[in-house]
Amino acid sequence: MRFMILIKATKDSETGVLPSTELLSAMGKYNEELVKAGVLLAGEGLHPSAKGARVKFSGGKRTVVDGPFAETKELIAGFWLWQVKSKEEAIEWVKRCPDPMPGTESEIEIRQVFESEDFAPNDPTGELMEKERQLRELSESKGR
Amino acid sequence: MTASATQRAIDAIWRIESARLIAGLARLVRDVGLAEELAQDALVAALERWPESGIPDNPGAWLMGTAKHRAVDLFRRNKLLERKHEELGHELEAQQARSVPDLDAALDDDVGDDLLRLMFTACHPVLSTEARVALTLRLLGGLTTGEIARAFLVPEPTVAQRIVRAKRTLSEARVPFEVPRGAELEARLSSVLQVIYLVFNEGYSATAGEDWVRPALCEDALRLGRILAGLVPKEPEVHGLVALMELQASRLRARVGPSGEPVLLLDQNRGRWDQLLIRRGLAALERAEALGGARGPYTLQAALAACHARARTPAETDWVRIAALYEALSQLTPSPVVELNRAVAVSMAFGPAAGLELVDALLSERSLADYHLLPSVRGDLLAKLGRFDEARAEFERAASLTHNERERKLLLERARASVPPST
Repeated sequence: MRFMILIKATKDSETGVLPSTELLSAMGKYNEELVKAGVLLAGEGLHPSAKGARVKFSGGKRTVVDGPFAETKELIAGFWLWQVKSKEEAIEWVKRCPDPMPGTESEIEIRQVFESEDFAPNDPTGELMEKERQLRELSESKGR
Repeated sequence: MTASATQRAIDAIWRIESARLIAGLARLVRDVGLAEELAQDALVAALERWPESGIPDNPGAWLMGTAKHRAVDLFRRNKLLERKHEELGHELEAQQARSVPDLDAALDDDVGDDLLRLMFTACHPVLSTEARVALTLRLLGGLTTGEIARAFLVPEPTVAQRIVRAKRTLSEARVPFEVPRGAELEARLSSVLQVIYLVFNEGYSATAGEDWVRPALCEDALRLGRILAGLVPKEPEVHGLVALMELQASRLRARVGPSGEPVLLLDQNRGRWDQLLIRRGLAALERAEALGGARGPYTLQAALAACHARARTPAETDWVRIAALYEALSQLTPSPVVELNRAVAVSMAFGPAAGLELVDALLSERSLADYHLLPSVRGDLLAKLGRFDEARAEFERAASLTHNERERKLLLERARASVPPST
């Protein structure tokens, strides 16, 4: 299953304070570990909300609001996309993360992504599977 | 934390730490089976201790420390025995003092090489294919015997037996815990790749059981492949295999229709393809090709899958390139099924007559004598050429060969429809 790991913003990240060299190198090591464990699918850091905008929807009207946004705790400063076996595994990986915002209180949020297990179908007779097995051999080109 | 929450947390920790733990211990004791037992002992200790003491801040180090203590105890005991037998008591203490710090140093080394050694050992040719698969999932995937049994739909005791026997075989054959060198590396690496792809395929098109796709098993295989790519980043075929798996996995969602029927590639809703996996797959393919692997069997298959992934609609598919890739694959790993695939690609690229020529060349192939897809493809090409009577006969023959009711109906329908268009 996939999880999106959201690194919450802090005052520092919102004012554009860049991570220290130490933190950058610790995060680099951590990312490398995630890659080598086959867990990391994608991830990015985000600029402060001052460079962003919001589009509000209300009764068919669209209103554009420019950043920065006030409620720092609700903002995110970066994200990862991970593939792991369970929420517990995601938690264990997050616990191994270097403190993303040293010197201040910060938070990382773990959210599950919808995905393919939801529609893995049943095949009570096993027939369809056999058909699938045979079809597979040709499915790379054209079926029939 | 409740007991079951702790249990789930320990499962997760095990998933993350077990391979490195076993790999590190295996280098120490030079015996994969013994290393796994030591690691299991540490896990049991954690299961006893952590529900009460809480999970330590660095659970990996705790597990390694515990396992290491047991290894040291074991070494001391063995050494004592050895001493007794040899009646050489004098040097005992000096040796112990020397051996213990060495163990510490040995275990603090980079774990990457250990993991790689573990992969090569688990996939050693001295083991049967089933044993390689079971051992790899167990030692490197961190799966329990029960999980492996469920994944491959075999009784749990069978898997347990398989693993016990595999460990004994490795030990009796004195398989060294090492990364093979030179020419041997290639052969052994291909065994590792084969095991990973086998696990993937079992998830992608299961040979038995209730679900014909088991995404969890595909994920395990992808993870093993990505780990391997991290360990040997310069081996093109490893990236080729990862590319192939990422690209195939990108279609998992689209391969099954609402009532559970398989959906052929050209009929799939491409909106349901996983674009993230496609991007990752294409990037891995580029890496494989940049490393000079363009002619490797996995990279070639990945390149084929990439042709489909790049086409936004079936009509945009680059069939000329697919036909060329099949030809290269056919030369590298000749097989009638690859040849039949090539025929289909050629017919899409250069017209049904060109495809039919290749299919006709396969008619004498004995291994395809009862293969319903041969007359099915042939019928399709004949129908496109307007040879409806022959096409009808081929569809009927295909229908009589298939064991699948749904497919038989479809083929008989096609047979009935194989008449000249009414004017």
